[in-house]
Amino acid sequence: MSRYLLGRVLQAIGVVLAISLITFFILNVIPGDPVELMMGEFATPEAIAQVRAQMGLDKPIFAQYFNWLTNMLHGDFGVSYFQHKPVFDMLLNSFGYTARLALFAYVLALVFGLTFGILAAVFHNKFIDRLLMTLSIAGVSAPNFWVAIILQIYFGLTLKWFPISGAKDWNYYVLPAIALGTRYAASISRITRTSMLEVTKQDYMRTASAKGVHGWMLVMKHAFRNALIPVVTVAGTDLGNILTGSMLIETVFTIDGIGKLMVDAINQRDLPLVQGGVMYIATICVIIYLLVDILYAVIDPRIRLGGGAEG
Amino acid sequence: MKKKNGKDNRYRSYYQLSWDILRKNHLAMFCLFVILVLVFIAVFAPYLTPYEPNVNKARDRFQSPNPEHPFGTDQFGRDILTRVFYGCRISLSVGIISQLIACFLGYFIGVCAGYFGGKTDTVLSFIIQVFSSFPFLLFAIAVMFILGPGLVNLYIALGLLGWTSTARLIRGEVMRLKNSEYIQACIVCGGSPLRVILKHLLPNCVPILIITVTLGIPNAILSEASLSFLGLGVSPPTASWGSMISEAQPFIRGYTYYSLFPGLAIIITVLSFNLLGDGLRDALDPKLRS
Repeated sequence: MSRYLLGRVLQAIGVVLAISLITFFILNVIPGDPVELMMGEFATPEAIAQVRAQMGLDKPIFAQYFNWLTNMLHGDFGVSYFQHKPVFDMLLNSFGYTARLALFAYVLALVFGLTFGILAAVFHNKFIDRLLMTLSIAGVSAPNFWVAIILQIYFGLTLKWFPISGAKDWNYYVLPAIALGTRYAASISRITRTSMLEVTKQDYMRTASAKGVHGWMLVMKHAFRNALIPVVTVAGTDLGNILTGSMLIETVFTIDGIGKLMVDAINQRDLPLVQGGVMYIATICVIIYLLVDILYAVIDPRIRLGGGAEG
Repeated sequence: MKKKNGKDNRYRSYYQLSWDILRKNHLAMFCLFVILVLVFIAVFAPYLTPYEPNVNKARDRFQSPNPEHPFGTDQFGRDILTRVFYGCRISLSVGIISQLIACFLGYFIGVCAGYFGGKTDTVLSFIIQVFSSFPFLLFAIAVMFILGPGLVNLYIALGLLGWTSTARLIRGEVMRLKNSEYIQACIVCGGSPLRVILKHLLPNCVPILIITVTLGIPNAILSEASLSFLGLGVSPPTASWGSMISEAQPFIRGYTYYSLFPGLAIIITVLSFNLLGDGLRDALDPKLRS
């Protein structure tokens, strides 16, 4: 177990380093000099050169990369070109909004996804199954920013139940969380159903029902627990996607989270902010995937015992 | 082995049998029909409507759906139905071309990892893992940020990023096939790796490729819509479903139809590809056959 864990952690660190390399180099081949952009058109060449030297942009690109990487490990993500604030502080300030939105959306996705998935599997090929699966495939197919706008129009403007922009109170999060969570509720319910149906075919299910276990006890204790493994994978990847999907939703609902910060940074071509934001989100995702893999080992003894038999 | 319709299954090929299974799946066949209609609309868009997609007519602004403009008009007086038709071109071409690029990349990377094994496999698997640890949309945004808006850039960005799941599936399949007798026989007879990969492994991987392309297209279409919504897709005034929804957003208070139609178009397209993909998976997977 400990060897498996160590290997997995080292791998995750490798992935983060590789991502930092890709992020740095692809974002540094952008045409256009950021310093000229930042200083405006009236800056003298000397002033531009001075600022370039100050920012370390005159050094070779590999030196710049290592500089950037070591600074980042110290929590220094650079300074925004346009807002002149440290990128790390800006990201940290916005993260609260994104985290709250993602958490609400995720809880929603898990609760509805698992419930619908289990119900569909239990009532396999019945009306409920057909209805839930039709809804879920429609949910997977709808773009979340469009769902967001439709929710704004109907529940925000027509019925006036919820506010449609900002994030002042909990009720501001209702519509964004539904818009963001729908797609993932749908994908979780689909995988839960498939996995439950797969498990139902197993011998131990027949044994359990032969020895008299029935009803919800059979469904929850024998089927659901064994069906969880593929669900955990999908649910884990979905958490990463929710964090990125929130970019669109935050833009629609004007919530000042990381997503909106990034979209604004992209439109202004604020390189340090884009770089920092990409690294920040990507690192969080790698950590989530790592936790999912560990959770995987915890719930599936085959991996735990197969990976490190002596552990 | 005679079947009711008089066809002898022994003389029917794998694909003929798959087609038989798919044909009985009414939902998948209906989706195939919808997709063909969408392709028809995309190809013949200019002949299907009397309006130009990008010509402004200030006099016709913000019309609700009426017989002349079945989906209404937008803030520049352009016919929304026309723009939805032209947007179909963007969505379908981005979906199909980017997935063909992704399929090509995924096949070769997956086959190299699976066939050569050892160090090659370790390195390629690590690359696959790095690319799939990046949330897809974030990566696409970063790449489009560098390349700038444009149709060709969309093909490249979504193609370069969408190959990981194909590569992983192909790698697994090739590792399984590599030890089968006919592959070993080819190697023993002096067949070069290229010959094995193209002549013997490729035909056996085609079902996987068909399924991943069909299921990859809806994701590419959704990504294109998201990127265009953020202003990183095609450049205006080109009509794309995503950018139309983005243009409609400021007008939701008074004029709700505008965002409705492009969104429905996305759902219908994506839904059709998803359901067809599910049907193809059922039809092409020999394990599910009785």
